Parts: sequence; C-alpha cells; structure tokens
Amino acid sequence: MSWRAATVAGVHRETATARTIALQVPGWPGHEAGQHLDLRLTAEDGYTATRSYSIASVADGETVEVTIERLSDGEVSPYLTEVVTGGELVEVRGPVGGWFVWRPEQKEPVLLVGGGSGVVPLMAVVRRHHETGSQAPLRLVYSARDPDSVLYRDELAGLERDGVDIRYVFTRQTPPGWPRPAGRLDDDLLAATAFAPELEPTTYVCGPTGFVEGVASLLVAAGQDPRRVRTERFGPSGGNP
Amino acid sequence: MTEPTHLDGNAAAGVLRDVFAVDITAAVGGCDGCGAVSVLAETRVYVDAPGAVVCCVGCGAVLLRVVTAPGRTWLDLRGLTYLQLGTP
Repeated sequence: MSWRAATVAGVHRETATARTIALQVPGWPGHEAGQHLDLRLTAEDGYTATRSYSIASVADGETVEVTIERLSDGEVSPYLTEVVTGGELVEVRGPVGGWFVWRPEQKEPVLLVGGGSGVVPLMAVVRRHHETGSQAPLRLVYSARDPDSVLYRDELAGLERDGVDIRYVFTRQTPPGWPRPAGRLDDDLLAATAFAPELEPTTYVCGPTGFVEGVASLLVAAGQDPRRVRTERFGPSGGNP
Repeated sequence: MTEPTHLDGNAAAGVLRDVFAVDITAAVGGCDGCGAVSVLAETRVYVDAPGAVVCCVGCGAVLLRVVTAPGRTWLDLRGLTYLQLGTP
C-alpha cells in the first residue's frame, strides 16, 4: 500500500483543542466506517513523522476527514491542530484496519461507547448508519470531560432530533441541571444502556487504554459475549499516534 | 499513575499492509508463549521502539516485530504459532 499525496482542503475547529481536517486525496479508494489512515509529515530537513488516525467521515469520493485532538507533548498534533491551513501538502496511506469496522449489512443492534476523542471512528459509524437508513438499533454512549469538550456537538444534536439514541456521560463537569453528577461510566450506567446479550449486539469501544479496558471488562462481566465486543485503544496520549 | 505506553494493532496496520497482500489486523494469531488467541487489531503495539512491536494481550510476549528502512523491511514472526486469515 503506497503513500499518496494529499492536500489539506479545509480545517474546522471542533473544540478548544480539536480540529477536523478535510484531506483531498487523489486516487483514494474509499473506506468503511471505523477504518484508519496513516498520515505522514515531512520536514524541510527530511525528518518524517507518521501517525495513525481514525477516519471520521463516510466515504465521499476523494475527500477524507480526520479529527485530531492536540496533545500537549505531541510532536505532530500541535502542528495539525494549530498550524496547518488549507492548501498544505501531506501524505496519507490507507485505508487500513478491517476489524473495528461497521458495515451496513450488519442487522444486529450496535452499541458504540466512546471516551474522549475515541468518539471519532464511532462518528463514522453513526454517519454511515444514518446515511444508509439502516434499521439496526444503534446507540452511542459518549463519555466526555465536560460539555465544551464534546466533538461534533451541533451535528450530534441534529442527529438526536432525528431520533438517533445518544447518551452523554460527563466525567468532570456536567451542563447545568444535568440529571447525573459528573463521574465515570460505571456498571449501572452501562447496564442501563447496553443491549440485552440475547439480542447478540455488537459493541464497539474506543478511547484511552484505561477507559477501553474498563468498559470492555464491565460489558463482559454483565454477560456480553467477549467475541462481540470490539475494542480500539489509544495510547496514553489519547492520540493514537 | 503512569499510563501504559502501548497502542493497539491498528497502529501497525499501515506498515503491515506494506508487507502482506491482505489486511492482517483482522487476522487471529496464536501466542507461542501462553497460547492465547487474539485478533491482531486488539493486541498491544509499541511504536516507540524502532519499528513496531506487537505483543500478546494475555502474557505480554512479543508476537511480531516489523522494522522498515529505505528499501527494506524486517519481519519477525517467531512469537506467533499461527495466523488465521480470512479468505474471500
């Protein structure tokens, strides 16, 4: 799989620390919801840095979107979230990854559990599910630090108005009047949101390592089939380099 | 608390796609150390070494190493007893 030249076609601010970058990739073969791409930057002195990012968008010709959270000690993400502008040239390789993928042929219920920027590949699933008019029951559980750190806020609000089942969990600070105090996603909340194991749901969990391993253990302890719980872990940086 | 530094198998997907004709992150591998069987996408991958080091979730043993340099790739599969790949 070869590297392709790509042009930054647009940069959209999601939160104080995250940007969605639209890439124009001539020859992009299309992708499935949940897949990744590798992005390579080359400095003037020839030094290169490669990072893997989840694709946020659904297949749309030669345009691919990634959403990148700035890591304070990152080497690549500060550039991509603060410096890069339209017209910039980068290289991409992909799509890659065939495991953490949702396909419209899947008819079983789908539970998506995202922590922080782990929501990015899940957003591709929500968009694909919505775009194809899938009848498979779908629920997104999105754990965020506080309301200001929620990615895709307006789009998610619109999807909720269209009937998409979205549950938020705020770990540090909630909106005023929120029914549940700030805190981690726990077994009570998961029990209230997970589909019954008899329905043979497929669950996708993505986020920082500790979050993913914690949620996956709770789901399996609650009777979910471990073979139907698919996980994707970010590193400590939350950036999936 | 020190956070773990590993990522998952997807961090090695791009470089492995350079070597294999098919996506092997969805393949199932058997660990030569403890016998655990896991999907490569869900293994632990360290990319802070030269190249990528893919480790068993069960026992931490090295399953696979891949290192690239201009014009060459080294692939070490000695930690895997087998790989089960989906075929069309």
